[in-house]
Amino acid sequence: MKTVVENVTCTFCGCLCDDITVEVEDNRISRVRRACANGRGIFLDYDPTPKKPTVAGREVEWEDAVAAAAEILVRADSPLIYGLSSSACEAQRKAIELADLIGAIVDTTSSVCHGPTGLAMQAVGEPTATLGEVRNRADLLIFWGCNPAASHLRHFERYSLNAQGTLVPNGRRDRTMVVFDVRPTATAKAADQFFQVLPDSDFEVLAALRALVQGKEIESDSVGGIPLGRLRDLTERMKACRFGVFFMGMGLTMSRARDINVRELFALTAQLNEFTRFIVIPMRGHGNVAGADQVLTWQSGYPFAVSYARGYPQYGPGEFSAVDVLVREEADAALILASDPVAHFPHAAAMQLKRIPTIVIDPVVNLTADTAQVFFPTCCYGVDAEGVSYRMDNVPIRLRGALPTVRPTDESVLDAIIETVKRC
Amino acid sequence: MSENFILVTGRTVKQASGLHKGKDTDAYRRAVTVVEMNPEDMARLGIGEGRLVRLHTSAGQMEAPVHAGALPLKMVFIPMGPEANKLVGPETDGTGMPSFKGLTVEVEPA
Amino acid sequence: MLGILNGKVYDPSNSVEAQVRDVWVKDGRIVSAQDVDCEKAEIIDASGLVVMAGGVDVHSHVVGSKVNAARKFRPEDHYGNTRERTALTRSGSGFTVPSTFLTGYLYAEMGYTTVMEAATAPLVAKHTHEELEDTPMLDMGAFITMGNNHFIMECIRDGLMEKARDYVAWLLNATKGYAIKIVNPGGVENWKWRRNVGELDDEVIGFGVTPRQIVTTLAQIAEELGLPHPIHVHGINLGRSTSARTTIETMATIEGRRAHFCHLQFLSYGKQAGTLHRSEAAKVAAMVNANPNLTVDVGQIVFGEATTMTSDGPLQYGIHMQTGNKWMNDDIENETGGGIVPIRYSRNNAINAVMWRTGLELALLIDNPWQVLLTTDHPNAGPFIHYPQVIKLLMDRGYRSAMFERLNPRGRKGALLPELHREYSLSDIAVVTRAGPARVLGLKHKGHLGVGADADITVYADLDDKEEMFARPRYVVKEGVVVVVDGALVRERRGKTLYVAPAYDTGIEADIREHFRKNYTISIDNFSVHADHFPHREMVCCR
Repeated sequence: MKTVVENVTCTFCGCLCDDITVEVEDNRISRVRRACANGRGIFLDYDPTPKKPTVAGREVEWEDAVAAAAEILVRADSPLIYGLSSSACEAQRKAIELADLIGAIVDTTSSVCHGPTGLAMQAVGEPTATLGEVRNRADLLIFWGCNPAASHLRHFERYSLNAQGTLVPNGRRDRTMVVFDVRPTATAKAADQFFQVLPDSDFEVLAALRALVQGKEIESDSVGGIPLGRLRDLTERMKACRFGVFFMGMGLTMSRARDINVRELFALTAQLNEFTRFIVIPMRGHGNVAGADQVLTWQSGYPFAVSYARGYPQYGPGEFSAVDVLVREEADAALILASDPVAHFPHAAAMQLKRIPTIVIDPVVNLTADTAQVFFPTCCYGVDAEGVSYRMDNVPIRLRGALPTVRPTDESVLDAIIETVKRC
Repeated sequence: MSENFILVTGRTVKQASGLHKGKDTDAYRRAVTVVEMNPEDMARLGIGEGRLVRLHTSAGQMEAPVHAGALPLKMVFIPMGPEANKLVGPETDGTGMPSFKGLTVEVEPA
Repeated sequence: MLGILNGKVYDPSNSVEAQVRDVWVKDGRIVSAQDVDCEKAEIIDASGLVVMAGGVDVHSHVVGSKVNAARKFRPEDHYGNTRERTALTRSGSGFTVPSTFLTGYLYAEMGYTTVMEAATAPLVAKHTHEELEDTPMLDMGAFITMGNNHFIMECIRDGLMEKARDYVAWLLNATKGYAIKIVNPGGVENWKWRRNVGELDDEVIGFGVTPRQIVTTLAQIAEELGLPHPIHVHGINLGRSTSARTTIETMATIEGRRAHFCHLQFLSYGKQAGTLHRSEAAKVAAMVNANPNLTVDVGQIVFGEATTMTSDGPLQYGIHMQTGNKWMNDDIENETGGGIVPIRYSRNNAINAVMWRTGLELALLIDNPWQVLLTTDHPNAGPFIHYPQVIKLLMDRGYRSAMFERLNPRGRKGALLPELHREYSLSDIAVVTRAGPARVLGLKHKGHLGVGADADITVYADLDDKEEMFARPRYVVKEGVVVVVDGALVRERRGKTLYVAPAYDTGIEADIREHFRKNYTISIDNFSVHADHFPHREMVCCR
């Protein structure tokens, strides 16, 4: 017997496409419509069969796993709670409640993704808008250091390049697309103009554009490998457009000047508003990393790299961010929620996770779960559990469960751990 | 004989679909254990398509088959994942963010 | 069961002023003495103390997308302003933009029990409700911004008033909001073209409607739907020298219908020679005095750190350009926009000095305290924790005058304030901080101590220094439970989310679905706030 569930939201990336249709047969998802190649696997490859949690690799009952996890956390002097980005807000709230309770450091994947973007926003601000403004108004799109053709596959069709909008009825034809990157990516190939920047030169190029926007003269013939004339032309184009949009990504946050790169871009965006309307939208990677920022901010005041060790929230990018904490061996236990740092952290930090007792809460066995002391196989928000996630432009979207909820949710596991810790 | 290249890491569609299959599967491992290089660089280093290349930094080293890709000279691309991360050092320059892009790596045929 | 005995009760809604009376509570409500088993009740001896209903804040920015962007954007606001967790309470941080738990605790410790979130964009309403769930101690509701809404403007353009009305009702249901909020009608849409509006009859680009039409249409709709609170208006020209004139014109254009004009201090300026605006509080106050259908809240400046945050996109850009301070902007598709800029108000700054006295002049020149409610438009004019300072300024002419003397001399020039000798009484304060807000919000069980009211009660020491008196209540009772003793929290409790659910013709849903398909990037089926999103709620009926 087949059921069809509509308006399902895919949680793979910050696009949070909520127009997915899913067909369910024999309690598995048999077909997915409209999900992209990156997101389909969330639905099609998911096995909702309840599994038992494990402690030291052996299957145990849920209460025993909860007790084991609570004991690890209570014994720890300096626990780290990390991840959060692929879980729903309901669970993120619990993870932070737990951190507050035990005086943990809590950090999210933002630290290794758009953390520098957050730092830039804190320094100079961020003129932004929701994606519908882009679809309906934007006639100039500039993708800087990001590659949606690989990472956000339906971005062009739903929100940006190819989408039709109220003031952009002809979609692609009504828009000009510019790409800045260090290599000619698939995204660059879709562009009307590609600017290949020398590696680690984005800051200089952005500074030059800021100067040109202000009408200042630049003495060099080229900046960051780009001829000055091309930058001048782009400056005129930016000032003359109706509604311009920068999309930015890891090319700026992960290369040499990190947040200072992003700061320069945000300042440029603000300056362009003296001439026309210009906004910037960071290409958030995980499905609910924007939600993790939001929840941690409203509960603690700060978006990531927060320590509760003193009994109140302290903010410390570089000090309380997970990679630094692990590399300096300052965490003696870790709880990893909905992320895979063993796969995605620098080797030294990943190895440290293998040396301290870790608790992993995740729907699937990932590389971090492989080395965990305690592993909770939970359900997957958006597939077999409802919840709320925040899109890259901070629009909250309710996730449906296409399959019935049989496994415990991340939220319920964290709740059980909290209650057990309180009783210890 | 090794040369210095700039390393860029990032997402690919194969890496994403591999991770859905499971990070312990061959599909994932193959997707993240690969190096893209400009064919001119490959020729100069004497490495054929699909042959193994070794990369190292002060953080560590890894080996992977190399494929020709649309890259500027002296740049290599590795999909994000545990293989690329063997090369990424732990320093975050006080920002929390390691150097996932723009690292200098030594490259030689394996 | 609880008895608060022998206190001096101020309950202006029930014409009680400074009467020594007992207040009895049972099952979260105020009851008469015969309904209580006095032997079994917990007793608070309030001899010599002042007893009022719990404070009601008619306009404050404390939860939701814009507030949280401000928190994230201003970590410097939080350093040194932290609160440790306790066995009962969560930790938190923040001064002008406190984190959610801290917001609830601070308000409660100040004797407030009901707070209205001043602005929520429909598309991000879920965010507001999530934060409401994490804001303890307070009953709260959210005003939904509609003054730049595309569907509504299209209806106005096409003369389809009933359709506009059904849409507004649908929207309030979908967002679980409390009231219609209007911010710079038409101007926020024009900002998406890098423009604004300056007159009530200016055109909204792309729609051919005017700010006047938007305000009058929504005022009419609020009445037809029988909403408990009338339209809540942040008018055009905030901060400009034309503001007093257009404020008065806007008040006139609604032709006797009910309306609440918020943070009116910011919209009561006129032009004078030189660069400084003049206070036109007298003219604006005269208009309010002549129109009993109007209520306002002050938006009083408090010197020190503040954070400007409104849905008024062009205004916020203007503040950024004027101050050079960092700027957040967020345009919300089809609905509204907004921005955030940190600011510091200084008595040495002539402009800030004029702003400061404009607010006080309004409060002292509007005769009827039921029409002029106390706010600082938190955190735009100052953080809510400074309400006690504002109370003291209203009650103590000497204190007011001393502060006036320390203002920048250019900002004092030609001021009316020194001539205003009026001092608010405790009864007046009870009106502007609880009875009046509850009444204008249509909250029949709040703001008073009559039988049947919610048992939200604040007990103050009767001190000469009114700031100290109101900063640190002796007791605060929420829903019949003592939650604060001597300014410190003793119990954590959840409040309720208050919302309205006006009826509408469901025939409109097909049109709304088409509107979403054409204009939005989210499916209409994923748009509405679901009840399970906020389990602690209470519907307030429409008339």
